Amino acid sequence: MPKWAPLISLVLVIALMIVHAASASARAWVWKVLAGFGAIGVVVVVYFGLFFAPREAYMSDVGRIIYVHIPFVWMCMVGFTVNVVCAVGYLFKANWKLDALAEASAEVGIFFGACGVTMGSIWARPTWGVWWDWDPRLISTTVMLLVYVGYLAFRSFTEDPDRRAAWSAAGVILGYVTLPITWFSVQWWNSLHQRQSDSQTVDPAMRVGYLFSTVAFLALFFVFVFKRYEISRSRQSSALELPPLQAPAVKPEVSA
Amino acid sequence: MTSEARNRLIAIGAIVVAGAALAWIAFGSIGENLVYYWKPSEMLAQGTKAYGATVRLGGVVVPGSVSWNSEHTIVTFTVADTHKPDAAKVNVRSEQVPPQMFREGIGVVVEGSFAADQIFRSSRLMVNHSNEYRAPGDGGMPDDAWKKSLSQADEKS
Repeated sequence: MPKWAPLISLVLVIALMIVHAASASARAWVWKVLAGFGAIGVVVVVYFGLFFAPREAYMSDVGRIIYVHIPFVWMCMVGFTVNVVCAVGYLFKANWKLDALAEASAEVGIFFGACGVTMGSIWARPTWGVWWDWDPRLISTTVMLLVYVGYLAFRSFTEDPDRRAAWSAAGVILGYVTLPITWFSVQWWNSLHQRQSDSQTVDPAMRVGYLFSTVAFLALFFVFVFKRYEISRSRQSSALELPPLQAPAVKPEVSA
Repeated sequence: MTSEARNRLIAIGAIVVAGAALAWIAFGSIGENLVYYWKPSEMLAQGTKAYGATVRLGGVVVPGSVSWNSEHTIVTFTVADTHKPDAAKVNVRSEQVPPQMFREGIGVVVEGSFAADQIFRSSRLMVNHSNEYRAPGDGGMPDDAWKKSLSQADEKS
């Protein structure tokens, strides 16, 4: 894979996201382009990872899991970061779109996090010798995912949209602390999990693979969040339009 | 207070509390109480208190120290803090078949207990690989050896 492929595709994907955000008329088709790119990208990653990329010197074919394990966990962290930005934004400027985006990004983040942990476990069995062990990285990741599952549970149990949005946002700002703890856990404590890799520790032929894979999954991440956001928006509009036990006199403005 | 002003107050409060919690974990002494494994030097520094308790010991396998018994069921090796020759060392005896990644010089975490005879008896052996991913060059494990050891692991488990 050429060295410039990850950067060029990243610029392309971000440009499309900006077009999507800036132009309402483009919203009908941009996500389809990104979904197509993501799907083709995953096929490329599968071919590259399984057949094209070199074997890892000690792990052999098992090492090929880096092309999915790393991007999955990164997308999880991107999701939770989008979520916390929306949560802070909602509390400063009560905008229902931010509330919907916060919910969507948290849910998609949990999905990618669960995939990443599953891949990590599959990787751990032949390399570490165990499926799972309670080392600091695995504990902090588990706590982080549980916090966000709790966030979604809290949201689904709270009927009043105002209270749900405000208090889930406040809670998830506190919950976001688990993300930097997870990130730095391998540096702060003795851990079974290896530290983060960088350009010095990874063969360039492998690094280009997981960077491109990250861009492909970023495109899919965007599509998932956008579709999930639309679901949240339609739920909001039905919830806000029909207060219980009384007919609405005036349709409330949904898009604040 | 309007609900918007209340929300802003909640946001600032939550950010302050979250920041304080993170700073407390990052710069506080929580790391000393959260110990996943001891390095040999840390375990030896405990003296007789380390005897008997089930603990994890982590370090690198000293090159040249690995040996098997005649039935190939017990492996003994030495775990050191680092690769430096003067690093603290502990002798380990493991009855578990090590994972395929196990080799001289690699990181390991062993679970078991240390005794007065200065031998760490391990019931669980895990390999702690580094963050380095390289294409095969000199010293890499041949692919056939890998597949062979994988199928052996399947038969045993």
